[in-house]
Amino acid sequence: MAEAAIELIGINKSFGAVRANRDIALEIPRGTIHGIIGENGAGKSTLMSILYGFYQADSGEIRVNGKPTNIKTPNDAIAVGIGMVHQHFMLVENFSVLENVILGAEGEALLKKSIAKARSELHRLEDEYGLEVDPDALIEELPVGLQQRVEILKALYRGAEILILDEPTGVLTPAEADHLFRILQQLKEQGKTVVLITHKLREIMAITDNVSVMRQGTMVATRKTSETTVEELAELMVGRRVLLRVEKGEAKPGAVKLAVKNLTVRDSRGVTMVDDVSFDIRAGEIVGIAGVAGNGQSELMEAVSGIRKAVSGTVMLDGTPIDLTGQADPGELRDRGLAHVPEDRHHVGLVLAFDESENSILGYHDKPQYLKGPFLNLDAIQKDAQEKIEKYDIRPANPRLKTANFSGGNQQKIVLAREIEQDPGVLIVGQPTRGVDVGAIEFIHRRLIAMRDQGKAVLLVSVELDEIRSLSDRILVMFAGRVVGERGPETSEGELGLLMAGVEHKEAAE
Amino acid sequence: MEFVDALINILNSTIRVSVPLLLACLAGLYSERAGVFDIGLEGKMLAGAFAGAAAAAVFASAWIGLLVAVLVSVGMALVHGFASITHRGNQIVSGVAINFIAAGSTIILGQAWFQQGGRTPSLPPEGRFGEIKLPGADALRDVPVIGQLYSGLLSGHSLLTYVAFLAVPFTWWVLFRTRFGLRLRAVGENPAAVDTAGISVAWLRYRAVICTGILTGLAGSYMALAQNAGFVKDMTAGRGYIALAALIFAKWKPVPAMFACLLFGFLDALSIRLQGTPLPLIGKVPVQLMQALPYILTVILLAGFIGKAIPPRAGGVPYVKER
Repeated sequence: MAEAAIELIGINKSFGAVRANRDIALEIPRGTIHGIIGENGAGKSTLMSILYGFYQADSGEIRVNGKPTNIKTPNDAIAVGIGMVHQHFMLVENFSVLENVILGAEGEALLKKSIAKARSELHRLEDEYGLEVDPDALIEELPVGLQQRVEILKALYRGAEILILDEPTGVLTPAEADHLFRILQQLKEQGKTVVLITHKLREIMAITDNVSVMRQGTMVATRKTSETTVEELAELMVGRRVLLRVEKGEAKPGAVKLAVKNLTVRDSRGVTMVDDVSFDIRAGEIVGIAGVAGNGQSELMEAVSGIRKAVSGTVMLDGTPIDLTGQADPGELRDRGLAHVPEDRHHVGLVLAFDESENSILGYHDKPQYLKGPFLNLDAIQKDAQEKIEKYDIRPANPRLKTANFSGGNQQKIVLAREIEQDPGVLIVGQPTRGVDVGAIEFIHRRLIAMRDQGKAVLLVSVELDEIRSLSDRILVMFAGRVVGERGPETSEGELGLLMAGVEHKEAAE
Repeated sequence: MEFVDALINILNSTIRVSVPLLLACLAGLYSERAGVFDIGLEGKMLAGAFAGAAAAAVFASAWIGLLVAVLVSVGMALVHGFASITHRGNQIVSGVAINFIAAGSTIILGQAWFQQGGRTPSLPPEGRFGEIKLPGADALRDVPVIGQLYSGLLSGHSLLTYVAFLAVPFTWWVLFRTRFGLRLRAVGENPAAVDTAGISVAWLRYRAVICTGILTGLAGSYMALAQNAGFVKDMTAGRGYIALAALIFAKWKPVPAMFACLLFGFLDALSIRLQGTPLPLIGKVPVQLMQALPYILTVILLAGFIGKAIPPRAGGVPYVKER
């Protein structure tokens, strides 16, 4: 067995009363790709922050290449060859790639020489690892995939031998993610050690050599990836058996609930985002819209929900048209039985500074059951929130807690509970499980299937192909604003992937 | 000929009026580029002016006055830094507090020390920065236009005026050509990027705030030791705020900052010049309106003419390490 690049022994770390890491032991062999998985809040990021010197462990030892090392600041970590690619990029947006790369590693007081040196070094890294990026481009003008590449270059420029990536694919399209994995593979072949933190099981299976699972601050298992299965890892992560495939019966489609005809939407710059799209959704079926993010799904969803102006086309809800001027009254649409779970729960779905109970009635706060004359009936609202908390297993079970203090999965459950419990006829859901843990994903999927079985029409938009395939009764694929195909749920991932890439545009999507 | 004289006259006073604006504006630039908003430029200038005048009066030396002015101003900048960097306080509140402290304490201390109703004693020539005649200024005085410009406009200013205008290219060079400048700009945009690169956010911001203190100290010194001969209560009269407006107008860039300050200075000089002179078509305009003109134009310019001014992204936000 190769010598360990990193060895962690008995790491403990507490934040107040919360024990984020307990007695962590971990060995990462040199020249391998090592996955660390766990649900949100399992302590993965804390552990890596300790390794990168962002925090100091309360106790325990870190050995780098067999030597006990005291890492107090990111500088110490960089000095022993540890580099980190953070989940939220640590880049200065209006700086050039070069400026970002040299920041903190300038060498001398004047910039001229260090910029020249970085320029030639970037050329070398480009040749060696295929990490192409224009050194003079501004970060804000680069797509996220390239921004991430700059983060990797930053680490390599500082001589990193051990590269930690924290949830690197969260912001990437599938094609970008594949490209990233190829780069990581190449880094491994050059003898670098890669640590990949994620909660996506597929990524672990696809690329890692070994995988360690964390749960509630402890390291519960380390496995050779080739000797484990997705099911085993999911069970280790959650601590109980998880159904990864949702079980569902045959759909029994009824009358058309939502009819979209020739819908065209342009964005604020006048670019056509949705191009002459038509489809129907019947009662008792889930229609999934697959596509790489940015191909018009968001705009379609917003237009159908009446919050974005459409240039032309009609949308009929139960046979009556929806106002598509962008001036529709969302309250009226709710009254007509159209519920919308927006993609971006932080900005559109929730007011994070409000209590859980306030968010759980937002938009429905003028319903008589929540009112007492002109005032809010706070007792009724609390009671209602408490019921939803129990039904949806929202944790912590405290309706008075500020919504910002809930985890992403629980915030999503708050939005879903609010919309589903109003018993809408049509539910439009965007990215229902983005940033949500495996256990909660299972729950959310079962709720959506239950909606369908109650005879509701569900429009599901998601960039997770697995989710689309396991939930939908029909799949529409969007590419460049158009619906380029309709398929059944049994369609292979490869075929859908080709459609999503626009087939003949395959090279462009790579 | 008379027109050229009048023009040079106005431009000359434009320069004189612009200098404190320019120094304060550059001062604000250092701080705000590093992500620390500073509404307390006014207070630091005022405190600097008072401290400089008091020290110059006691020691009869302009240089000691300058030194004390800078020290006091840097001290106040550090208070602002302590509140907003170390203790992550609200930067606007801290800045306003600095303005109040300066406005009140200069009068109280001035009265207690000199008993002249809050003024400092009139400074002797050695307590002031005199006018510097550039070589050949007298000889060239009679050469039309070029000579007039040289002797009437470029020559004959105090040392601090030249320092202020040289500080413009110097600031540009620091910001865009040095390591310190790169980091300073980075910390105002994304302090987390600086932190993860292994650089101390707090120390970097403190250094920026110290630069601000030095420059506001120079601005105060100019007003008390060069433009005037001593401190008069409230002598900065809102220039710190105009400097902030100029900074926004210039989108936090040094060279545009100079032009913005010259523009505001020009409006000021023009309003002084036009006081009491009847204007064609309009006739005699009340003095008060002329005095208000630069401020009215400031509002109009800021409201309509600068387009989108994007402040440093991390401006006003204390840096807290995220989990």
